Amino acid sequence: MKRYSAFAVAREALRYHMGWERAWASPEPKKKYDVIIVGAGGHGLATAYYLGRNFGITNVAVLEKGWLGGGNTGRNTTIIRSNYLQDPSAAIYEKSRSLYETLSQDLNYNVMYSPRGVMMLAQTQHEIRGYERTAHANALQGVSTEFISPSRVKELVPIINIDGPRYPVLGALWQPRAGTARHDAVAWGYARACSAMGMHIIQKCEVTGISREGGKVTGVTTNRGDIACDKLGIVVAGHSGHLADMAGFRLPVESVALQALVSEPIKPCMDVVVMANTVHGYMSQSDKGEMVIGGGADGYNNFTQRGSFHHIEETVRALIETFPMISRLKMLRQWGGIVDMTGDRSPILSRTPVEGVFINCGWGTGGFKAIPGSGWGFAELMAKGHAPLCDEFSLNRFREGRFIDESVAAGVAH
Amino acid sequence: MLILTCPCCGVTAEETEFHPGGEAHVKRFGPGSNDDEFHSYLFEKVNPKGVHFERWRHANGCGKWFNAARCTVTLEVFGTYSAQTTEPPQDIKDKISAKRPGWSWREFA
Ligand SMILES: Cc1cc2nc3c(=O)[nH]c(=O)nc-3n(C[C@H](O)[C@H](O)[C@H](O)COP(=O)(O)OP(=O)(O)OC[C@H]3O[C@@H](n4cnc5c(N)ncnc54)[C@H](O)[C@@H]3O)c2cc1C
Ligand SMILES: [Zn+2]
Repeated sequence: MKRYSAFAVAREALRYHMGWERAWASPEPKKKYDVIIVGAGGHGLATAYYLGRNFGITNVAVLEKGWLGGGNTGRNTTIIRSNYLQDPSAAIYEKSRSLYETLSQDLNYNVMYSPRGVMMLAQTQHEIRGYERTAHANALQGVSTEFISPSRVKELVPIINIDGPRYPVLGALWQPRAGTARHDAVAWGYARACSAMGMHIIQKCEVTGISREGGKVTGVTTNRGDIACDKLGIVVAGHSGHLADMAGFRLPVESVALQALVSEPIKPCMDVVVMANTVHGYMSQSDKGEMVIGGGADGYNNFTQRGSFHHIEETVRALIETFPMISRLKMLRQWGGIVDMTGDRSPILSRTPVEGVFINCGWGTGGFKAIPGSGWGFAELMAKGHAPLCDEFSLNRFREGRFIDESVAAGVAH
Repeated sequence: MLILTCPCCGVTAEETEFHPGGEAHVKRFGPGSNDDEFHSYLFEKVNPKGVHFERWRHANGCGKWFNAARCTVTLEVFGTYSAQTTEPPQDIKDKISAKRPGWSWREFA
């Protein structure tokens, strides 16, 4: 793999850009791998990358039924933050956020991490108390956040209306080193680095069955033939229940649609991310100038990657009151992804009842921010059988009543 | 957007008039059941990619609960029926079998 650099750009400029290589190879599947990862979203690719980088395991295939990054990873609104309430969450999300800081250098691929700051508005007395509590918890966890006043909010976001009649802004939880990154680039960067280590990324390869012998995994059936493996990682977000079915166990996960939309591009007007959880809406401005808007998840099980119109209508209606200037904007595109929701709104990174099968799912509406940290922890779990970042997120926590309850802190899309 | 007919009052309306209530035909386990049963009842929801039976409430109408049979892939509604039953009525089952040949039926309890 040739490195990307300023020098490479200059060199290619002088020879009509004829020297760029393909970013990753498209090999035919082998008969057997040490590790197979199902799902080439951010989490699957990051897992493969850290298996190679941290544990020297490179006989790995990542199987993807569509194209890599075409699932939720390429559909999300790219908010990265780590201001969670519970300790296990803060640990994995902050690990992830800190990996994002240097991810472009590590992968030699510009993921456009922009630590522009994320602000979560408090618009009710209840939220003020909740966020003050989170700020204190974050201080103990070593995550840098603070609770800021309405005037400071206005200073950071001049376009905001802080004294709306229905949803006044009473303060905000502010994380200055949180921000956004380019979602496709995160998937592409990991894919290129995996391919460079000799791993196989096999697209248009749908897993249709999981073979077992004596309670242990032996391989998978796909539309491109049977492939054997010693260990299998299931990292398929909304399709987790479907894959668990193939392996013969059930998950505490339900799949629903989550939507987002973007406006026409406008001049720079807001250089931080603003989330308003009471009204279920959040907004940031992309580098292209589009206002990127997201809201709450739909209420019923769905696999259509579409979602219902009234949900985005509610989101936009609420945001217009907080940001009056967006009322005249035209919306350009709307889309949906299938998110995997657990009861406590925390992910599952775990062994499973089938020996050799590991599952990484339940990231729901908020797993983009977690891609590097989840890959880091899950790779360790797959390589060694346990991992400090993942142990609390095991499947057993439901049976044992050890919830990692983030739904009280932020039961909203993010 | 879904269009549902409330079997309790007969009104046909789009989904904002209703509220989704999750999986239908859940068999309840309480005191005296074993850990597996209780765990499965509390947490292990069916999450099918295809035919699904769910509870809905006619929240902005008559206020009553009912069940719906729906496809989670196409959003087609096969029919709605009374919640006072432990399994879908035969005519809805027949309709689903005709439209989704090869669909395997689970046990209803
Ligand atoms: C609209 C929207 C907004 C969001 N906003 C944010 C946000 O602002 N911040 C944030 O942190 N998170 C956000 N999220 C959540 C985030 O996108 C996800 O948690 C994250 O991308 C999940 O990554 P993943 O790799 O687990 O899944 P995915 O990227 O969905 O990858 C799973 C892959 O598995 C493949 N697959 C499925 N079944 C099979 C099979 N049988 N065989 C082979 N491959 C298969 C799929 O094709 C897919 O490519 C948002 C999500 C949505 C939908
Ligand atoms: Zn009714």
